[in-house]
Amino acid sequence: MRTVSNRHHRDPRRRIALADRYDVIVVGAGLAGTAASYLLAKAGLNVICIERGDEPGTKNVMGGVLYRQPTEKVIPGWWREAPVERPIVEERLWLITPDSLVQAGFKSLRYAEEPFNAFTVLRVKFDKWFADQATAAGALVITNTVVEDVIRENGRIVGVRTGREDGDVYANVVIAADGVNSLLSKKAGLHGELPPNRVALAVKEIVNLPREKIEDRFLLNANEGATIEIFGDSTIGMLGYGFIYTNRDSLSVGVGALLSDFIRKGVNPNDLMERFKTHPMIRRLLEGGESKEYMAHLIPEGGAAAMPPVSTDGMLVVGDAAGMSNAIYREGSNLALISAKLAAQAVMEAHEQGDYSVRTLSRYNALLDESFIMKDLHLYSRTSRFFQRNSEFLELYPEMLADAAHELLSVNSVPKQDKQRKIMRRLLARRRPWKLVRDAVGALRSLT
Amino acid sequence: MASTETTFNLRAPAHGARVEEKLYNVRFKTDEDQSHLIVLDPQMCARCTDKPCTIFCPVNVYTWELKDQRISVGYEKCVECGACRIGCPYFNIEWRYPKGGFGVQYKNG
Repeated sequence: MRTVSNRHHRDPRRRIALADRYDVIVVGAGLAGTAASYLLAKAGLNVICIERGDEPGTKNVMGGVLYRQPTEKVIPGWWREAPVERPIVEERLWLITPDSLVQAGFKSLRYAEEPFNAFTVLRVKFDKWFADQATAAGALVITNTVVEDVIRENGRIVGVRTGREDGDVYANVVIAADGVNSLLSKKAGLHGELPPNRVALAVKEIVNLPREKIEDRFLLNANEGATIEIFGDSTIGMLGYGFIYTNRDSLSVGVGALLSDFIRKGVNPNDLMERFKTHPMIRRLLEGGESKEYMAHLIPEGGAAAMPPVSTDGMLVVGDAAGMSNAIYREGSNLALISAKLAAQAVMEAHEQGDYSVRTLSRYNALLDESFIMKDLHLYSRTSRFFQRNSEFLELYPEMLADAAHELLSVNSVPKQDKQRKIMRRLLARRRPWKLVRDAVGALRSLT
Repeated sequence: MASTETTFNLRAPAHGARVEEKLYNVRFKTDEDQSHLIVLDPQMCARCTDKPCTIFCPVNVYTWELKDQRISVGYEKCVECGACRIGCPYFNIEWRYPKGGFGVQYKNG
């Protein structure tokens, strides 16, 4: 019996009698949870999606880039309807030192037209729209409700306990999409607490700026967008990076690094943010902008090696809750969406067979293994392990590069070959030759 | 190494806005009845030499009260990132989600 209408419930004081049995319970209305809810409801399953925020999206934070193709795997043509900020036509990579900047980038007219590659989004707006699509597909999305624990019977998960009165809800399968902190997968015993070197802590601000100013400062045509990832002095030797993304009439400005590095160096994230925003290479991009929201969020790190088991009897884990993020390629939203799609597929197959044991549900693991997700996350394990062991790279190499560029480009009546020798000498003074070779080989190996 | 110097400079950002000022723009619905963050053993904090939670928390929820020799917890400004739960070297912080609908309510995300 369904005693609630298919609307988001905004008033937490209103007592809502939930039907106590569904085919699927999805915990969390972020990208992964909403995608799973949407797909399963569309396939005709009876789905409840439980969100702790007052509305879908108000607890959710990401840098701000959503990719067109993976999102179309959930809703084809989504970007025509959804609240997006700007399609990204240019991506820049900056290496900064206290007084210099070395940059690379890619800009293409192909990204400025349909079907586009990526968009900046603001998650509160996007997630609300996305949850509305799940609701329209027939999922029951309820808000203001914390899921506190799993309910077990005979060792298998059969439902969840919510913070509501009479708040036990039962289903054939639970999908944990409760984000990076995933208290639920810990309650389910899938893993213990993450160590501080397996999460990055990022802070972000929304900085208001008139759209003409944005387009002038970032050399954009009307309504086009750009991203800049900023390595080096942005994180003062911690493993991480800063970023600036263009929204319609604001910038998303953020900086993050491994939590263990914040602890080791004794750095306060807001101090780091202020230092980043006032860096001489960055200040002018933000000048006159008004900071209108400050946020903090964790990002799972470590790739496949850090992931919990993603399936158990009666439960699957998706997105950030499963540790799916690939920071070096700025991927996470796509992994959340595609993992949700694969989880939904596994659930549909289990539904057809009427068997929700881990034997059937582990089809999800197989689907993940076959997909780019596990291939990339295995690679990312190597990459992140390498850079954790060599975190000084992020300070050393931008400085050496800036030094070399400064030497080469300073016109000072010195013969070019002397300059090259001088650059090599300075390079070798900071890093022995065998170490340079080892760095290069190691970095290459960790990335391929 | 350069990092030591920059870390030192970090404590005094040139035109730094304090996080307390920034939090005026952040929307919260505070649970007046109970904190969702609990220091399990206050004695432990006295013994903790670095007290890293007072530094890495992005909104300065935790402050060391010298006079009372305890950590005070400003849970009402917590943005629920989870860093303290993982970063406390003694796992001395019980971290829960605020009650449904309470806590931070971002406007942009």
